[in-house]
Amino acid sequence: MPMIENTNSKHKSLLQHDGLTRHQRWRLIKDNLAGKWVVFGGLGVILAIVLIFFYLLYVVVPLFASAEAEVDAQYDVPELSAGKTVLLAMEEQNEVAVRFTQSGKAVFFTVADGAIIKVEALEIPQESQISSFAQGDPTKGVVAYGLSDGRVVVAKHDYKVTYPNDKRLITPVIEYPLGLDPVIVDREGMSLKKLAIRVDDDMTILVAITDDNRVVLSHYAKEESLFDESTMELTQAVLKSVAMDVEYLLVDKEQRLLYLAADDGHLSVYSITDKSSPKLIQHLSVLEKGRQITSLNFLNGELSLLIGDSSGLVSQWTLIRDDKNQLIMRSLRAFNTSQQHVVSISAEQRRKGFITVDAKGTVGIYHSTAEREMLKLNVAQAKPLAIALSPRANAFMLQSDDGKINVWHVENEHPDISFASIWKEVWYESYSQPDYIWQSSSASNDFEPKMSLTPLVFGTLKAAFYAMMVAMPLAIMGAIYTAYFMAPAMRNYVKPSIELMEALPTVILGFLAGLWLAPFVEENLVGIFSLFMLVPIGVMFFAYFWQKMPKSIQHKVPNGWDAALLVPVILITSWFAFMISPVIENLCFNGDMRVWMNDVFGIGYDQRNSLVVGLAMGFAVIPTIFSITEDAIFSVPKNLTVGSLALGATPWQTMTRVVLLTASPGIFSAVMIGFGRAVGETMIVLMATGNTPVMDLSIFQGMRTLSANIAVEMPEAEVDSTHYRVLFLAALVLFLFTFVFNTLAELVRQNLREKYSSL
Amino acid sequence: MIKDWFKSGAPWVWLNAAAVSTSIILVVGLLLLVAVRGLGHFWPADIVEYQYQEGDVEQTMVGELVDTSVMSAKMATESGYKLKAGKDALVQLLLKTGNRDVTGMDFRWIQQQNVLSQSKPEEMIVIERREWGNFYGRLQAVKESGKVIATGEQAWPVVLERIEQALEVFEQIEYLQKKEIGSINYSLERLRLKQKSLELKGDWTQQAQQQMAAKKAELDKEYQGYQKQLGTLYQTIRRDSLVAVEPGGSTLEIALESVVRVVRPNTMNVFSKFIHYGEKFVEFVSEDPREANTEGGIFPAIFGTVMMVMLMAVIVTPFGVIAAVYLREYAKQGFTTRLIRIAVNNLAGVPSIVYGVFGLGFFVYILGGNIDELFFPESSPAPVFGTPGLLWASLTLALLTLPVVIVSTEEGLSRVPKSIREGSLALGATKIETLWRTVLPMASPAMMTGLILAVARAAGEVAPLMLVGVVKLAPTLPMDGNFPFLHLDRKFMHLGFHIYDVGFQSPNVEAARPLVYATSLLLVMVIIGLNMFAISIRNNLREKFRALEGL
Repeated sequence: MPMIENTNSKHKSLLQHDGLTRHQRWRLIKDNLAGKWVVFGGLGVILAIVLIFFYLLYVVVPLFASAEAEVDAQYDVPELSAGKTVLLAMEEQNEVAVRFTQSGKAVFFTVADGAIIKVEALEIPQESQISSFAQGDPTKGVVAYGLSDGRVVVAKHDYKVTYPNDKRLITPVIEYPLGLDPVIVDREGMSLKKLAIRVDDDMTILVAITDDNRVVLSHYAKEESLFDESTMELTQAVLKSVAMDVEYLLVDKEQRLLYLAADDGHLSVYSITDKSSPKLIQHLSVLEKGRQITSLNFLNGELSLLIGDSSGLVSQWTLIRDDKNQLIMRSLRAFNTSQQHVVSISAEQRRKGFITVDAKGTVGIYHSTAEREMLKLNVAQAKPLAIALSPRANAFMLQSDDGKINVWHVENEHPDISFASIWKEVWYESYSQPDYIWQSSSASNDFEPKMSLTPLVFGTLKAAFYAMMVAMPLAIMGAIYTAYFMAPAMRNYVKPSIELMEALPTVILGFLAGLWLAPFVEENLVGIFSLFMLVPIGVMFFAYFWQKMPKSIQHKVPNGWDAALLVPVILITSWFAFMISPVIENLCFNGDMRVWMNDVFGIGYDQRNSLVVGLAMGFAVIPTIFSITEDAIFSVPKNLTVGSLALGATPWQTMTRVVLLTASPGIFSAVMIGFGRAVGETMIVLMATGNTPVMDLSIFQGMRTLSANIAVEMPEAEVDSTHYRVLFLAALVLFLFTFVFNTLAELVRQNLREKYSSL
Repeated sequence: MIKDWFKSGAPWVWLNAAAVSTSIILVVGLLLLVAVRGLGHFWPADIVEYQYQEGDVEQTMVGELVDTSVMSAKMATESGYKLKAGKDALVQLLLKTGNRDVTGMDFRWIQQQNVLSQSKPEEMIVIERREWGNFYGRLQAVKESGKVIATGEQAWPVVLERIEQALEVFEQIEYLQKKEIGSINYSLERLRLKQKSLELKGDWTQQAQQQMAAKKAELDKEYQGYQKQLGTLYQTIRRDSLVAVEPGGSTLEIALESVVRVVRPNTMNVFSKFIHYGEKFVEFVSEDPREANTEGGIFPAIFGTVMMVMLMAVIVTPFGVIAAVYLREYAKQGFTTRLIRIAVNNLAGVPSIVYGVFGLGFFVYILGGNIDELFFPESSPAPVFGTPGLLWASLTLALLTLPVVIVSTEEGLSRVPKSIREGSLALGATKIETLWRTVLPMASPAMMTGLILAVARAAGEVAPLMLVGVVKLAPTLPMDGNFPFLHLDRKFMHLGFHIYDVGFQSPNVEAARPLVYATSLLLVMVIIGLNMFAISIRNNLREKFRALEGL
């Protein structure tokens, strides 16, 4: 304690004067301040460490949040006099919407308040009447009106964005991609009562059902020639023997499949790859008895059909190949959207989600792959007539029978992830069965992201398992010898070398594994396996003959230096194993082991496989297990060993029955920590495996681990997207896994230390 | 006999010993492998001329023998090779034939059985070029401004002289371009940002405009001056060229501007080979990379690694020491501190990629993004700190190595005998004075050990850096002559990442491989050096405290 001014003393000490008192006070202040700063800094550092976990959690939690929606506006249907709505649609910026009517008019209005921008009548020829309507691919904005004379008017609604005065102005226009003249679909000129259309850059297909129940197909293909303008080549076909009353007609955007559905649940699927002769693929019933199809639409990508029925069930059907390689329609999943019948289904344009509305005006937002119900809202009080979903899926509008339009905005950022979609088998479109797949991205918007973490976790555990298979015997046996049997002088060489092993950067191990070890193992596969078998046998042979040698030679090597003696033995045995491997290969494996494995067992061989990873990662993990095990065995009190030997046990018996058992918690903890390290290793796996996310137990196939996946995909993931957050989820899984393992190991180790202090 | 021997347990002891031997063999073997292949990269190999007959076509192949592969007869026939009669194995030779601009390939495999004859002609030269890799062939003539000034044997000394001159001029050109003109560009960019920032603040007055215009004019004038200098230098360097004959027979004119070195390895004796080796080694550690990182030096990677590690050390030491001091000296020892120690130990075991992910999300996007919004609004939309860079990489690695420093320092603090602390307090020192003047100095070797271990770990970690700031090729160093001299927002190169990138994402793997071995050797040596240093300090420490413990 610093000197305190003693005002009570009569005799002022030489050491008490103002300057010194000030100095003492300053020292006290320094002490206080420093103390506070140290506490603050120390706690801060520890908090920073904990921050990692909470930040990861913060990024991951939004994945599992549900959607939110709020009503934006409600107003009267614009220009009700223009006719009944056949299509309601919104453009991307949620500013302008359009209402196509039964009388061929397009009413453009603002989303915010329903103010009419313009009303345009489509170019319908005077002599014919409108008899049907169809919507093309929603992302392209094509619409078609079927006429009573067998022709079709094809139009497109587009939105021009300009920036006069630096403010955005969206101007809607109607265009005619195939020209102003209506297109002939039915040569016989019958009225078209049902229509389907898809327009592509160079192909257009129109399928219609005429008044006399023929199904006609007209396909226009653009023929480009070098010299002339392009011409349209027309192919036509008429479907024979369509026995049902077709209510729904759909063509996919690749223009290869035609779906005909009737009210009673019968569905016919035709292949129209050859436009002149459609072929029936399958005719089936998609509903249970007593139910009826009330709504039918495609999911984004147009690979799946969403079939809504009268009981409120929406099922997803897609074409898959069965065991006999035949194409059949299969129901992937079903959603119980309501008790009422489904009025309309509208698919999101950029994800695999969809929105449904039932007869009571309840709107439901769902995601197909994740099988999630994101939101269910009571939107309208009256019967719903039409629903439009914004291209960005962040708003929708519903027109109901009471002449009102309700506009809602939706926040639905990550519908495509659910616990099931990450950890369980998912049946993806076009796959013949449910599977665990990781395939996070592709070039197109139609792609169904397959984000199952199971193959990655499997890969991580597989790599760690093989690494432990290599590391555990070498490390534990090595540690036993070093701690117990080795001469202290030699231990001074061995321990630093093992510490050196630990310090080697894993980049170098990975690079050697990928560029040197993998080709080496591929060429000398038989050699490697014969190495595993011959070296222990060789060592035993040598040991037996060594102890048969005369004592004079045996004493040349000091006690406890056996390991040094074995180095040349192992080297020679390995060399021998590689020398005779071609002979063995010729004898047993017909000259080439890999080809033999493939022919006899069907086992494929990948150059960068689990064997290579096991060897390289095992090398990296050996020092971790070695040092902790060596520590544990070394700390076993000497009196136990001495007592056992005194009672007549051999050194080996003492080791196995006394020392190992006493040190077993330490060894267990070492193995746990080593396993934790193997699980988290990134660079070796990145460079020495093929990085293919397959779930294969074979030692000759590669894998992809959680950590390598993060390293590869994180730089390319869009910030705050689902992919980005799933990668953070992978990091969180890794964090929790190693944290749990290391904590358990640490607790075991601390208990062990307490136990020894009492011995 | 054998049964008794087995019962005594001796065979199992021998097997355990074998495990130790295997581990040692693996470590030493790995180091030797890296050393041999790495060191061999700089040794000038002989150029061999092969007379090669494939089918009916006889051709001359010239190059360095890089690798040999032996395939058994069975495997060879299965792979589709035709073995000549009497051969029981297919021996293939990998030649580095260079001349990529003529033949399209750098490396070629030829079959030993088709080699008619081989020789090592003395006049074979290898030209290291700045583009298109090496050239192997014969020197024909030297030209100056298009006129031949020497041919045949006299051309050799002339070409060496001219190349030396050209290299000097090249250095001057580099200096002008990188330092002087680079500095002007940097100043111009700063002026542009300043203008934008004044516009945003509404201070873009007439006076400011005039000042800016004046500064720009000044810089422009400087630039014109340098351009003129460059012009004359370029004229000088482009004056000379050499004419060489490649093995296929055609002649090539190679401008000396693109030549780094010309050597006649077949005429070199051991001493000159050593000198060449030394030159190439120095070039390796001091030059910039060429040809998409497959040739040249790795200086930017070394510089980037050192810079990042120093920055990391500066960040991690105070925080680690304060945390350790708090845990050991100030916090009440009990359940909480035990928990904290377990947490700190666990953090040492968390995979490094998780730190990288945290660094990317939190440091780069949240912290960096906010810094950009607050302090650099004029740069938008280009991010300044809101993108991976040196600062965030150092911070991430500091977080990663923090547990190492904390544990090490704590251990050092716990070794200081209590008697010393108590004595100091008894003499009237405050707690902080005791710590600062007595305990911490005694614990400083342990702190050093911890710091060195942290540095060694950071030099070798690659996974987190891939996400927070390392790039394949950085155009500028993080430290240069332009204010503010240390650019914390720049991306940098790193030795470990260089190994990964050059080995696995290089367009020409065969050419890159020796370079990767050499880089690995350098990295391994640095890390081993650091670790041995730490071990020796730790041993000294143990000796020192053994004496103290007697107190």
